[in-house]
Amino acid sequence: MSERTDYLDLDTKDETFLDATELVLNMGPQHPSTHGVLRVILKLDGEKVLGTECVIGYLHRGVEKIAENRTYAMFNPYVDRMDYVAAVSNGLGYCEAVEKLQNVEAPPRAQYIRVILTELCRIASHQVWLGTHALDIGALTPLFYCFRDREEILKIFEKYCGARLTTHAFRIGGCIYETYDGFEQDCLKFCDAFLPKLDEYEELLTTNRIWVRRTRGVGILKPEDCIALGVTGPVLRASGVKWDLRKAQPYECYNKFDFEIPTGLNGDTYDRYLVRIEEMRQAVRIIRQAVDGLPQGPIMAKIPKVLKPPVGEIYHSIEAPKGELGYFIVSDGSTQPYRVRVRPPSFVNLQALDKMVRGLLVADVVAVIGTLDIVLGEVDR
Amino acid sequence: MLDAITNYLYSSATPGEAGSMFWATIYILLITIGVSLAVICMNWLERKILAHMQVRLGPMRVGPHGLLQPFADALKLLIKEDIIPQDSDKLVFWSAPVVVTMTAFTTFLVVPFGREHAVTDMNIGILFMLGVSSLGVLGIIMAGWSSNSHYPLMGSLRSSAQMVSYEVAMGLAIVCAVLMTSLQTGTGTLSMIGIVESQAQQHTWFIFKFFPLGFLAFAIFAIAMVAETNRAPFDLPEAESELVAGFHTEYSGFRWSLFFLAEYAAMLAVSSIAVTLWLGGWLRPFPNWLSGAAWDTAFSLVPALTMFVLAGLCLLGVVRMPKIPQMKAQTLGLLIFGLLLGFVGLVLLVPGVRERVQDIFWFVAKVAFFMYLYIWYRGTFPRYRFDQLMKVGWKILLPTGLGVLIATALWGLLPQLSSAVFGLLGVGGVLP
Amino acid sequence: MAVPEETKDPNPVLPESSAPASPAAKPADALATADKPIASAAPAAAAKPATPEAAPTVAKAAAPAAAKPAAPAAKPAPKPEGPKPEPWDSELVRSLKSQYGSGIREASTYVGQKYLVVDSSIVYEILLRMRDDELFDYCVDITAVHYPKREAQFDIVYILYSFHHNQRVRIKTQIKDGATLRSVVGIWETANWLEREIYDMFGIGFSGHPDLKRILLPDGWKGYPLRKDYPILQQDTEWVKANLGIESGQ
Repeated sequence: MSERTDYLDLDTKDETFLDATELVLNMGPQHPSTHGVLRVILKLDGEKVLGTECVIGYLHRGVEKIAENRTYAMFNPYVDRMDYVAAVSNGLGYCEAVEKLQNVEAPPRAQYIRVILTELCRIASHQVWLGTHALDIGALTPLFYCFRDREEILKIFEKYCGARLTTHAFRIGGCIYETYDGFEQDCLKFCDAFLPKLDEYEELLTTNRIWVRRTRGVGILKPEDCIALGVTGPVLRASGVKWDLRKAQPYECYNKFDFEIPTGLNGDTYDRYLVRIEEMRQAVRIIRQAVDGLPQGPIMAKIPKVLKPPVGEIYHSIEAPKGELGYFIVSDGSTQPYRVRVRPPSFVNLQALDKMVRGLLVADVVAVIGTLDIVLGEVDR
Repeated sequence: MLDAITNYLYSSATPGEAGSMFWATIYILLITIGVSLAVICMNWLERKILAHMQVRLGPMRVGPHGLLQPFADALKLLIKEDIIPQDSDKLVFWSAPVVVTMTAFTTFLVVPFGREHAVTDMNIGILFMLGVSSLGVLGIIMAGWSSNSHYPLMGSLRSSAQMVSYEVAMGLAIVCAVLMTSLQTGTGTLSMIGIVESQAQQHTWFIFKFFPLGFLAFAIFAIAMVAETNRAPFDLPEAESELVAGFHTEYSGFRWSLFFLAEYAAMLAVSSIAVTLWLGGWLRPFPNWLSGAAWDTAFSLVPALTMFVLAGLCLLGVVRMPKIPQMKAQTLGLLIFGLLLGFVGLVLLVPGVRERVQDIFWFVAKVAFFMYLYIWYRGTFPRYRFDQLMKVGWKILLPTGLGVLIATALWGLLPQLSSAVFGLLGVGGVLP
Repeated sequence: MAVPEETKDPNPVLPESSAPASPAAKPADALATADKPIASAAPAAAAKPATPEAAPTVAKAAAPAAAKPAAPAAKPAPKPEGPKPEPWDSELVRSLKSQYGSGIREASTYVGQKYLVVDSSIVYEILLRMRDDELFDYCVDITAVHYPKREAQFDIVYILYSFHHNQRVRIKTQIKDGATLRSVVGIWETANWLEREIYDMFGIGFSGHPDLKRILLPDGWKGYPLRKDYPILQQDTEWVKANLGIESGQ
């Protein structure tokens, strides 16, 4: 396998009178700040970025091929491992897609439990994002604050399903585990304790001159570009498009809850930061409502032991913390799916990197990669 | 010969002034050891303080509360494999850390820990310090160049550009302080000891002189010195997330530890400049307002008190240690350390020692405050991007420095200026 | 052909006393529900799930467009048929059919999700029209499915979404092995990497793509993994044969 040398066929001609030669810098797969194994080839003119190329696939594990050789239930743990930071949402999307194919719906209690855990997972994912993003930009402290508070969420996950990260919390048809004694109290306690902590994070960063100067105006993405590039999630919302799948095409019981969709004005890194902080607040709101309204009842719908969904295809997507996470499942009536296609938000969002960093400096590339909130497990599958 | 050695003990001048080579050598040795010990202390302090700011504990295992961690680190670095990149420029690669370390240590020749506690008192003291610390930039460029790799090259160029830019602002701030030395006597001085004595004569630390001008000059210097030493928030050249480790990427083991030593020694050096120029050097607080024998004695007890407080903290730590057999060694170690500190405190109570140690103590205490500020900045601020960093240096600090300089000059000349103006007006017949 | 081949299990295991599925398919848009709740309406049947009360489940594609699929009739047979794709009739479909005639092979809805199956020669124009005229400005996904037993082996699926209509639609086309499609990078920029992945995994070429090369697999990889004839043990046995000198590690 020979190394390609003609990676960059960039058409930007940067005419400087000094006729400086351009530098091709490789932010290699192992680098402290590419979140995972991502290789970014930068074409630089001094410090200015003329173009980038992302080389991905270092974490490709053939998940879609594996899916064709597992039954629907057996494939469930695999989806956690794609976006391993927000494993609960992955599981939610997959279970819902198969349930739609099978034409069942999870019972209300299961839906509420799913929403609570998914919103907790959203907060946890955003905390990882905030800690690592701040660390890349140089603020060492928010990382520890975020991870300290994320511990509480992981404790709840552990008490609920036994795992902290790759939770496999949901099953096709509902939830398999009933909530443990004290689940509601734990969630409410977390919500009460978390909001002041969120203020702590904001105190460190939101009005910090250096933070603002590092993030404002950096990596601007216009709404038209977002839509053309298929970018979704907080990146899209920070550019001003008020669109969230939880409101536009509600799934589970999200239509029962009252929450807002934060949007930004300029589509720069600072706006994306503000949008995600606000999303954490809204997630707390949803958790409180869900815990208050948690109904009694069964947690698992009636599905056969040997699940053979009818012949057909389905595409179902949810609002994962990183964007629109979609599952396109083709069933041929047997116990194993014929094709599972995962539409990963990080993969599609990463395409926008090139457009966002042209003309910026090298230090900004790191900030932009951080603000896109990518997880290589999802990009590569 | 023996007279030459003992004669010096009766003089009240620095060895350089007294011309005593022997004692100058002794002082140099003491300062080298002292700075190295200070760097070791700083290592431990930085890790612990930063950790506590980040809601964690820092090193706790190697020695009680991690007190032996710096020694373990030093030992590890010393026994590491010496890796030299294949295509590097060997001579330059070898000499770069030497250059950086030597310049950092040489600046301490003129740092006054007390009236007679400096190696020598050059009459161009502050100029010497600035000049020699600028030589350190050469070492950094040598390091980046000889490593023969992208990241170190970019890091070293950035670093040198940054240091050179902020030296201008530093220089302007220093000139302000030097200007203030000329106010009482009519002739200013660049000598470090002279600057402190001038503050003593004018009965005010220069940070409070011509308020807010002195404070502004101090602030400019305080910001510029952080950039000069490549520390947060100006640590882009060695930012891990951007360029791996900047100019010292390819260095490992002992060579890297030399860079580390040089960085902390430079931090100490510029803090010493700040302390000498604006915070009154070795002078104790309020020598004129709280004057008299009683106050003198009270202030001279402070070093001992500090030692007792530290010993008390150690003993508190001993009491709070987990009472399990595995922790016996650590508890014992901490106890011994605490008792040692207490013993030092007792020694510091002895009147003869008290007077001699006073100056050194106040100087070190003020420098320690600056070290804490360094660590605090690192734990709080994100990094400046390189162009923003340069913008701050050239577009904000430089004009401010110029303004402060001119304002200080005008204010300083005010008595003469005003009498000249009045005189003119009187001659002109405007005023009666 | 709109749906994949069925591999039917000739003797499905039906639950004897199957209770109706707990709130199976509450239609969000109040469609006419079938008024024959079958006792074995539990979709718990093995190969052929019983007829649900209404075809669309928790309705996702809230349809501002015209016709909603009617509820399929409940079958009293012991082997109830699964939900069938219903024909999708709307202004858009009618105008497309009038323009392209037989090029539009099928326009249906399955479990509430609308899709069109079109001829590969006209798919580019239809996609262009969908973006420009019908305001499907967001290309959600492009993917492919491999049916080796079919003559036109590959199903290329374009999933589009319109912010304006809040509606999703699938455009599918079928191509033979070795055929290429025109790249839609000019229509939606997001197709760049999505098409590269299809090329990487299936070996389908896209003409006009600015940079068609492998994306997830290393450059020198042989074969296209997501094809059905690519065995998953192939790489392992190759390596084992080459490096360990034995036939197989399994």
